[in-house]
Amino acid sequence: MPKREDIRKVLVIGSGPIDIGQAAEFDYAGTQACRALKEEGLEVVLINSNPATIMTDKAMADKIYIEPLVPEVVKKIIRIERPDSILPTLGGQTGLNLAMELAEEGFLEEMGVKLLGANPETIKKAEDRQAFKDTMLAIGEPCIPSKVVEDIDSALAFAEEIGYPVIVRPAFTLGGTGGGIAYDKEQLQEIGENGLRLSPITQVLIEKCISGWKEIEYEVIRDGRGNVITVCNMENIDPVGIHTGDSIVVAPTQTLTDRECQMLRTAALNIITELKIEGGCNVQFALYPNSFEYAVIEVNPRVSRSSALASKATGYPIAKVAAKIAVGYCLDEIPNAVTGKTCACFEPALDYCVVKFPRWPFDKFVYAEKTLGTQMKATGEVMAIGQSFELAMMKAVSSIELGLETLTLKSLESKTEEEIVELLHVTDDQRIFVVYEALKRGVSSDVIFEITKIDKWFLEKFRKLAHMELALAGGALDEETYLAAKKMGFLDKTITRLTGKEIKNPLLASYAMVDTCAAEFTAETPYFYSTFGGENEASEYIAHHSDPNKKKVIVFGSGPIRIGQGIEFDYCCVHCAWALKEKGLEAVITNNNPETVSTDFDTGDRLYFDPLNPEYVKALIETEKPWGVVVQFGGQTAIKLTKSLKSMGVRILGTSADAIDEAEDRERFDALLERCRIPRPQGHTVFTAEEAKAAAADVGYPVLLRPSYVLGGQNMIIAYNDADVDEYMAIITSHELENPVLVDKYMMGIEAEVDAICDGEDYLIPGIMEHIERAGIHSGDSISVYPAQHMSQRNRDTIVEYTARLARELKIVGLMNIQYVIYSGEVYIIEVNPRSSRTVPYISKVTGVPMVDLATRCMLGEKLRDMGYGTGLYPEADYVAVKVPVFSFAKLHDVDTQLGPEMKSTGEVLGVAKTFPEAMYKGLVAAGYKMKHEGGVLITVRDADKHDIVPIADKLSRLGFTLYATGGTALRLNKNMIPTNMVRKIHEGHPHIIDLIESGKIDYMISTSKKGRIPQRDSVKVRRKAVERSIPCLTAIDTAAVLVDCLMMNKKVEEIDVVDITKI
Amino acid sequence: MSSAKKAWVVLADGQVLEGQSFGACGTSIGEIVFNTGMTGYQEVLTDPSYYGQIVTQTYPLIGNYGINNDDMESASCHVKGYIVREWCDEPSNFRVAMNIDQYLKKQNIIAVSGIDTRRLTKTLRENGVMNGAVTTEYSPEGKDALLQEIRTFAVRDAVKAVSCEKPFRAEAEHPSLEVVLMDFGHKRNITRSLVSRGCNVTVVPCDATAEEILAGRPDGVMLSNGPGDPAENVEIIAEIAKLLRSGVPVFGICLGHQLTALAAGGRTAKLKYGHRGANQPVKDLKLGRTYITSQNHGYAVVGESLDPAEAVISHVNANDGTVEGVEYLHIPCFTVQFHPEASAGPRDTSYLFDRFVDMMNAYHKEAKQDA
Repeated sequence: MPKREDIRKVLVIGSGPIDIGQAAEFDYAGTQACRALKEEGLEVVLINSNPATIMTDKAMADKIYIEPLVPEVVKKIIRIERPDSILPTLGGQTGLNLAMELAEEGFLEEMGVKLLGANPETIKKAEDRQAFKDTMLAIGEPCIPSKVVEDIDSALAFAEEIGYPVIVRPAFTLGGTGGGIAYDKEQLQEIGENGLRLSPITQVLIEKCISGWKEIEYEVIRDGRGNVITVCNMENIDPVGIHTGDSIVVAPTQTLTDRECQMLRTAALNIITELKIEGGCNVQFALYPNSFEYAVIEVNPRVSRSSALASKATGYPIAKVAAKIAVGYCLDEIPNAVTGKTCACFEPALDYCVVKFPRWPFDKFVYAEKTLGTQMKATGEVMAIGQSFELAMMKAVSSIELGLETLTLKSLESKTEEEIVELLHVTDDQRIFVVYEALKRGVSSDVIFEITKIDKWFLEKFRKLAHMELALAGGALDEETYLAAKKMGFLDKTITRLTGKEIKNPLLASYAMVDTCAAEFTAETPYFYSTFGGENEASEYIAHHSDPNKKKVIVFGSGPIRIGQGIEFDYCCVHCAWALKEKGLEAVITNNNPETVSTDFDTGDRLYFDPLNPEYVKALIETEKPWGVVVQFGGQTAIKLTKSLKSMGVRILGTSADAIDEAEDRERFDALLERCRIPRPQGHTVFTAEEAKAAAADVGYPVLLRPSYVLGGQNMIIAYNDADVDEYMAIITSHELENPVLVDKYMMGIEAEVDAICDGEDYLIPGIMEHIERAGIHSGDSISVYPAQHMSQRNRDTIVEYTARLARELKIVGLMNIQYVIYSGEVYIIEVNPRSSRTVPYISKVTGVPMVDLATRCMLGEKLRDMGYGTGLYPEADYVAVKVPVFSFAKLHDVDTQLGPEMKSTGEVLGVAKTFPEAMYKGLVAAGYKMKHEGGVLITVRDADKHDIVPIADKLSRLGFTLYATGGTALRLNKNMIPTNMVRKIHEGHPHIIDLIESGKIDYMISTSKKGRIPQRDSVKVRRKAVERSIPCLTAIDTAAVLVDCLMMNKKVEEIDVVDITKI
Repeated sequence: MSSAKKAWVVLADGQVLEGQSFGACGTSIGEIVFNTGMTGYQEVLTDPSYYGQIVTQTYPLIGNYGINNDDMESASCHVKGYIVREWCDEPSNFRVAMNIDQYLKKQNIIAVSGIDTRRLTKTLRENGVMNGAVTTEYSPEGKDALLQEIRTFAVRDAVKAVSCEKPFRAEAEHPSLEVVLMDFGHKRNITRSLVSRGCNVTVVPCDATAEEILAGRPDGVMLSNGPGDPAENVEIIAEIAKLLRSGVPVFGICLGHQLTALAAGGRTAKLKYGHRGANQPVKDLKLGRTYITSQNHGYAVVGESLDPAEAVISHVNANDGTVEGVEYLHIPCFTVQFHPEASAGPRDTSYLFDRFVDMMNAYHKEAKQDA
């Protein structure tokens, strides 16, 4: 079937801000889809609230709306644009839910909009629990047996029928309170009765417990003619019970015989056929390890994180193919872009093993509950490819950037064997390292398997790695051992450290190609991964395909998405690669994040999917022999490579390595500011708690504590006293402390931020941003406004002047980001980052200055004055843009939601409008605020905020909200003639603040009291309760103030004006 | 494994690849082919169609789930040698009976691990299938003599070597049809596929005559897969020609498909490096659908050699356009190049067995009416 003729204009819905469980993979999918649609000559209209994406770039679609992803706004855009179709399956659950909502209420039909790729009935079959079960039953596919019961006898009878163990899930209790696993009748009696009692409707679900079964996934694609294929299957190392997003996953499956694989493959094909999906689909199975019994766990009728992983693991572009299918093509009509010889109707054959490793935010959230279960907690992931499992695993571990070289976790080494075995029972982020430690101690795989249910095949592989590490630590290093260690992925650095011996002839990695077909056909797409001891296919490829007249540049990516280093950096890397290509150079990308656009095989001229550490980089330099490399777009991951690149004698394009060091080394930085006569908050560098306390005494509390060389305010706090300093230093010194800790005077002023493009002489500042929250809240967590709304001309001029001085003095070539604080009318500098920043994508979009492109051209020697955008401060745009952070607190238990100097947000949205209040309103709506105009507001603020809360409370009261506040706050408000109900604190006894929140009377909460972190503190408990009840909780007085101003506008979501940013 | 004995792969073009020995020791010469399946090594090892061939697996980790007693496609291992990147000494699966090394030793198959199988595959892709040897006895001095032997090697009388010697039967629980399966080196799952559809299957040796086969008045004749150059089997082709004229339904798979085409006056030709794996897309021209199939063949039917008045091409390979299936117009016969019985590989085309059963049912009814 060729392209459908009735499709001319397609609306693509993006997935919105990065959230745990819905991350960069949808930018990758959306970008591929938009390109695929444009290739077909279709007009593409895009809506996504996330500005840090490639898909919202001007070239990606014909019309782009960075607007809140809510039905009212989507409807408005449909009315304006009148698309004939909508593609809902590439924007994650957000996109799918929105489209379904509009379809179900009949709006799409009314507007004559076709739904591509899926229809509401089949989506419902996949998403609705009961409908899904019925559908599976109808086609003979087993589901996990379960039954809703309302008395204990029915529970016991059903358990008898399906066999123990069973899971008891009480209905309508938060966080599954009152549930549990019952292994026999007695236990079910107890847990079941308890569950029934706790459930407000006396109802529990009894479900067969399948934890410990193997978790297997299939990525399936189907076209309109009914052709079906599986792209890839994957096996979770962690068995059923841990969310696949938090599991270590291998592709293809390793422990399944062909018979098991074909059984599940056939089931997956039957399911997608029954659901009549036209596009991609993910099917998850549980497979009992001791028979052919299996159950369908879940079906995702859309592209997903797993499909992004499968695409990168195999080279098969699932999202692109899904988009082509959606507009009518059949699989056998779509060419395989990798081989250029075969069609998309085939199943990739891998001749390597792929390991995906999750990246959790627990290094940031030290008090977060780290247990892994059905709620995903990872913010990102890495992927590694190897010709052995061991090599892939070792590459993955080194790519997650937790400072690990092997699976040895230092903190476990001091534990006894009993403690280690005991820890095996804990399913948290460290479990795999505990398993490794156990293997090192000689614990048998039987024991480990019994506890963890991790298949023995994996355990034996880990044992081989452990044995090698022990052998090396024993000093063994003959040629044979060295070669074996390299093939298992041990770095030279590690081998030297373990053996204490220098390596005489280091073996550099060579490269093999990802070709979708295990070398059966010659492939055209240059997608490589490193291997040891094989031929170098990359060299061969370069010799045949690379244009010797073109200069080659390597762009280093930013690794896994984590808090503080998100998708923005991938945006910059991708743009840099494109700019290089545009300028006639060859762009080579290396990165290890499977979710991103940068690791799409056709973003650069060549892609190397590999760890970003000095040894792998060295091998890459040897193979590519680049003319230059770029480190300033890949966040701290790439910047960290600067020193080793310099020692390799590689040309680093743009800002020199020395200047980077000057900006990051505290003493040199101080000297620099001295030279430039730029003031900054007074501070010191320290290594120990004692030094830190002395420094704090010197500058005076409060002080800001943070390690040098970090991004995203990692481990950053404001300390008010010596106890805070002690607590902080204890945490930070538990890791290896390579760089000192900075102790700075904390100034509570207005924060401002600029990004500048510099060519070594001139500079261009696209705009000055101002933060809503006063200093003390990390810039990534602040609401940021462009252009600055409340800044004096004098301060503006000073910021421009300081920026100019720093640009010249550091001889910045490329991008730099500077953060300022305006305190008592004076401008102070907080930090200089000689690299791209997270604000680059959004500022590029609202000002129309293609920042990364210009910066890249500067790095190639062009001058800003020749580029047509001028120099100095760029004229202000006609629009105001407000960037609002988005948090994933609902997914991270025990994390205090109070904002501080340590970054906590996972993503961001943008509100763009003609005026500041409108832009703010849009930003808040996009960030998920429901903007309710009635109800109750709970206020509990610290003393320092009691003055500022009064006008806010007054406005709320005038708007008709009922106010509640704890003792001191209530007193203060009542004194100011603002009627406020007083509520008891937790320790004052029932009914207290928690009971009030539970009562459902609260619609907003303002809580700035007591700096938290420790989950047992009352203020933390109160804020966590708000998260549980989905009550918006503002933890900074400034945020509360703007929210209230927005409510005062009395605007409805339907009334906002939408902006096509391609017209800016 | 670091103390493993050395072993070598010697290619007809003079390349010598060093690896480690597993399985049996000695020297074995054959035609080196590659298989791209990521699972199913046990089925590959026991597939008689690999007779005379040394198989290299493109998937690097082989033996992960060991060898079990159920997934044998024939009674023994037929490859002449086996080449992998890495084999697994600690397999894991609930059906494991032994590891792959133990099995290969038992079957006396010489195997080599630690080979850059990707490079070897590329060599075979670029130069076409090549003769070679796997050996644990290599010496530079003996290289010329070995190469001499390698270069003169040819797979001959392959079908005879793997066909059963005496007829035997496999019976269905509730039989409704009688099928004769001509055994050219059949995979057991062909029999299983028929039995599960209510067919009693009589497996007969490859030298059974058409008269012998038809004497039992079967409802259909199944022509199995098998090894070697199809054109070599002159006598069998003659017998198949008789079967085709008899009016009894015929279904041919792989070699059976090629032999049928030859019997109908067509030609076969050797492919450069064949199709061996579980991911070959095949388009069913009648249904307009493309299916993923399991394949193992080095020869193919030449489409133009078929008389369009007698036969039409029903299936083609979506990658290279080669003939994957033929439907005969005036006789109840259809044949496919791929393996609808799967094992190893996808089961997407098992509907072809249903089609054969339908054909036999129609014939059976007619035959009864005639009687």
